[in-house]
Amino acid sequence: MPTVSMTVNGQPAAGEVEGRTLLVEFLREHLRLTGTHVGCDTSQCGACVVHVNGKSVKSCTMLAAQADGAEVTTIEGLATNGELHPMQAAFKEHHGLQCGFCTPGMVMSAVDLLNTNANPSEREIREWLEGNICRCTGYNNIVKAIQAAAGQTGG
Amino acid sequence: MYADFDLVIPETLDEALEALAGAVGGGNGGTQPLAGGTNMIVDLRARRVAPSRLVGLGRLDGLRGIRIADGRVRMGARTTMSDILRHPDLAGHAPSLVDQARVFGGQMVRNAATVAGNICSGSPAADAVPALLALDAEVTLASPSGTRVVPLSEFFLGYKRDARAPGELMTEIAWDIPPAHSSNRFYKLALRKGDAITVVGVAVALAAEDGKCGTARIALGAVAPIVKRATAAEAMLCGQALTPELIDAAARQAVDDVDPIDDIRASAEYRRHCVHALTRRLVTQAWERLT
Ligand SMILES: Cc1cc2nc3c(=O)[nH]c(=O)nc-3n(C[C@H](O)[C@H](O)[C@H](O)COP(=O)(O)OP(=O)(O)OC[C@H]3O[C@@H](n4cnc5c(N)ncnc54)[C@H](O)[C@@H]3O)c2cc1C
Ligand code: FES
Ligand code: FES
Repeated sequence: MPTVSMTVNGQPAAGEVEGRTLLVEFLREHLRLTGTHVGCDTSQCGACVVHVNGKSVKSCTMLAAQADGAEVTTIEGLATNGELHPMQAAFKEHHGLQCGFCTPGMVMSAVDLLNTNANPSEREIREWLEGNICRCTGYNNIVKAIQAAAGQTGG
Repeated sequence: MYADFDLVIPETLDEALEALAGAVGGGNGGTQPLAGGTNMIVDLRARRVAPSRLVGLGRLDGLRGIRIADGRVRMGARTTMSDILRHPDLAGHAPSLVDQARVFGGQMVRNAATVAGNICSGSPAADAVPALLALDAEVTLASPSGTRVVPLSEFFLGYKRDARAPGELMTEIAWDIPPAHSSNRFYKLALRKGDAITVVGVAVALAAEDGKCGTARIALGAVAPIVKRATAAEAMLCGQALTPELIDAAARQAVDDVDPIDDIRASAEYRRHCVHALTRRLVTQAWERLT
């Protein structure tokens, strides 16, 4: 069995996995970080998005062993000292979630967007979220939340 | 749960080639390379494939990146769609390849999906392939006994069948920088703009010589068992000054070069209609840029 070790939310994490163990399974079942969700088995929904070396990836579509040695950030890693990350606070404030199932992936994608493009247009926000599916909100409030987190007024 | 497999993640290309060398037959079992996993892991989870061993390419940094020198673009097999979008100079001479990366999956898939994985997936809807065919790319295949270069136009043999011998690894995709008076375009038609499988993909590359069309390459995706060149249509354009009538006639010829199917996304008839309309549109746009 492969042994994997990586940095997860700034902490070292290691474990024995099978070759087939997905990164999301390692996070949820080995590390008990259940904030990252699994919403499909076809790599379509984006509920499982985490950052690997700073970039969004679908953690259901990566083997744990492929993340060996990487820096991984999950939704649990965003808040600091019990204080919501500005993107989380904006989702809360602007009703960017209803049932919340898609939210961890949405927030992780959105954080990557603002890291890449600090002042995205509405179109750029919507294009960026193409791989994140939400069945509740109709997306409008998600877009508003991201605009607000980017410091854009009218969000 | 799908069956477990051995996973090896070699540190060097030689180790990877050795690990793959035992591969028998290819197909859905045996030993297979694993790049970004955006096809492989989805196929594993759906039990469409059951390899006994996967050889992860993730540590082979030499297989990633784009080098432009001496009139040639050389792209490592592990180069991702995001790498293509980030490259500062590619959009200047290969807008078709950059445009396909822009409409490829969603951004997280683009971060993982590699060019060689796209080619070797064998899908007739693989979006990087039409642009690379129109750019006349060649691929390098490596095994412990050496490397060989195969034109991409000769790589696909039939539905999900290609020129790789068992265990051969694709290491590089390369093409000549298009000449000064040339233009290349790509268009993906899908049921929605984002994260959707291609219904028809068309790439066109033209080069002008003395006011005439010197070379023409037209590649069509998702309308035959493989992505293919419309060679009869290309021949109609070569050596001619392009007129709307000639472009329309060549676009009609392109329809005869394909063999689309009915599926859940579109009928064969609609695909034929789109091959005509999109070929005409892209050849017209490319020609307008040259005259
Ligand atoms: C949500 C989603 C959206 C998608 N959208 C698109 C899209 O818009 N357009 C599109 O074309 N595709 C799309 N795909 C399909 C897939 O992402 C692409 O085909 C991708 O380029 C595959 O590359 P990979 O690196 O992930 O390959 P992998 O899944 O790792 O491998 C694919 C196949 O290629 C083989 N392989 C990989 N690298 C090599 C190599 N160097 N040498 C020899 N064989 C190799 C593997 O053994 C495997 O058989 C999508 C997939 C998902 C899940
Ligand atoms: S769980 Fe749906 S994309 Fe990963
Ligand atoms: S809030 Fe329910 S799926 Fe998005």
